[in-house]
Amino acid sequence: MAKSIDVSDLDIYYGDFKAVEGVSMTIKAKSVTAFIGPSGCGKSTFLRALNRMHEVIPGARVEGRVVVEGQDLYGDQVDPVEVRRQIGMVFQRPNPFPTMSIYENVIAGNRLNAKKMKKSETDDLVESSLKGANLWAEVKDRLDRPGMGLSGGQQQRLCIARAISVQPQVLLMDEPCSALDPISTSAIEDLIHELKTEYTIVIVTHNMQQAARVSDETGFFNLKATGEPGHLVEFNSTQKMFANPDNSDTEGYISGRFG
Amino acid sequence: MTRRGDTVFKSLATSAAVLILVALAGVAIFLTLEGMPALKAEPDVLGGKGNIILYVWPLVYGTLLAAALAIIMAAPLSIGLALVISHYAPRKLAKPIGYLVDLLAAVPSVVYGLWGIEFLGPRLGRAYAWLAENLGFLPFFEGPASGSGRTILTASIVLAVMALPIITAICREIFSQTPTLHQEAALALGATRWEMIRLTVFPYSRSGMISAIMLGLGRALGETMAVAMVLSATGVVTINLISSVNPSTIAANIALGFPEASGIKVNVLIFSGLVLFVITFIVNFLGRLIAARGLVKEGR
Repeated sequence: MAKSIDVSDLDIYYGDFKAVEGVSMTIKAKSVTAFIGPSGCGKSTFLRALNRMHEVIPGARVEGRVVVEGQDLYGDQVDPVEVRRQIGMVFQRPNPFPTMSIYENVIAGNRLNAKKMKKSETDDLVESSLKGANLWAEVKDRLDRPGMGLSGGQQQRLCIARAISVQPQVLLMDEPCSALDPISTSAIEDLIHELKTEYTIVIVTHNMQQAARVSDETGFFNLKATGEPGHLVEFNSTQKMFANPDNSDTEGYISGRFG
Repeated sequence: MTRRGDTVFKSLATSAAVLILVALAGVAIFLTLEGMPALKAEPDVLGGKGNIILYVWPLVYGTLLAAALAIIMAAPLSIGLALVISHYAPRKLAKPIGYLVDLLAAVPSVVYGLWGIEFLGPRLGRAYAWLAENLGFLPFFEGPASGSGRTILTASIVLAVMALPIITAICREIFSQTPTLHQEAALALGATRWEMIRLTVFPYSRSGMISAIMLGLGRALGETMAVAMVLSATGVVTINLISSVNPSTIAANIALGFPEASGIKVNVLIFSGLVLFVITFIVNFLGRLIAARGLVKEGR
């Protein structure tokens, strides 16, 4: 189910503005890949380009290729809706649907796919998804309560449960812990460790310790100068990145000399 | 210590609030006092009707029927239009469409009346003839069809066009306020645009949509000139929508009857005005109630 992603020479534009330039990398299946870098360096934009979410902004487009299992996501025949069904996303701020219960939130994606499911099947799906997101024990007695009634960390895990309930091939996480307290953060990080046995995970984070803790490989993005597009400076195994990076800019950023 | 600016502003704001209440109370008291004599009106000033209730009832019926038909037509159209402007049309196109719809609200009702009589009526007359012939088994289209097209259905269509900009403008605003966060959540799950709208925009906007429709309904209930011009009213109670025998509305009846009214006839018209006042009050109140219930349900 988990798949690798091959990105080659990807440029991302917002209208005439080039936000990200010339990114090539291979994201391995069943591993955690982290992107770090200063604000505005295009790492979130790049992440969103991996499931075509950046297209929500009018004028956004890409040049280059993003290939998942031999299929170019930007091919002429490819429907972005289909791409997003295969590649799930968790956002910076928890965003459960406010009018839905916990139960309804988890199965929202399956409802969309218009699959007719028996009550027992959806019950099982809700249980397995919530267990997968380490939330089952906390909410199993109040599945019919609004999702917004949970704490921030629980809401974020609910969003993860919602994302994995449609069995995506890849899970993208855009700073999933930046709005959470340390304990909730630690719960999510533990969860990421468990999820990578089944999913390919790509995570953007501002927290370098977090990248070091959760990821197998790390990409460092930076701007050449203000107003210039962001680019990928170095992509290496996390161990190497944090111990002995190839690039002096990476070392400078990681050791806190800038950024 | 009090600052002069604060004091001045506070008294200005307070007096504005009080003024509104005084004006509303003044209208209500006037209508009630001047309307009361109508309770004792004789059939000769009531168009042959036995008492004031029998006189007002067909008007109430016509008012509610015309307004309800107008909203049935205007509400789905307005919501669709608002969605096009807020979510479907490219930004370059959405703005001009929005301006055009707003412009509809600026057209005086007399102009709508003229349009209804001169343009819409005759053209619809032919459609009504077809309806009477082919769908005559439905009570609404029983016929005989009015050739001039000056029917309650035509009046409702004019009212729908007039209510459209109000409902559209409000819905558009609420739709575009749906948090991006929730819309992206839906899209990231693989929702199409329509699924995203159903999943996030509609639940978020439900109470606002109801308020918008209620405001449109208020406009349709109170509209006077256009209905007075378009409708050829005979004061019957019927669900036949396309014949030349139509119920009148309270507002149109007052506008048409007032110039020649004197003595107790004036009180009769004022009494019908009181009834309209109460109806709009109830409609608004119900609208607020439903909107408030929606808010509570959303939780926050």
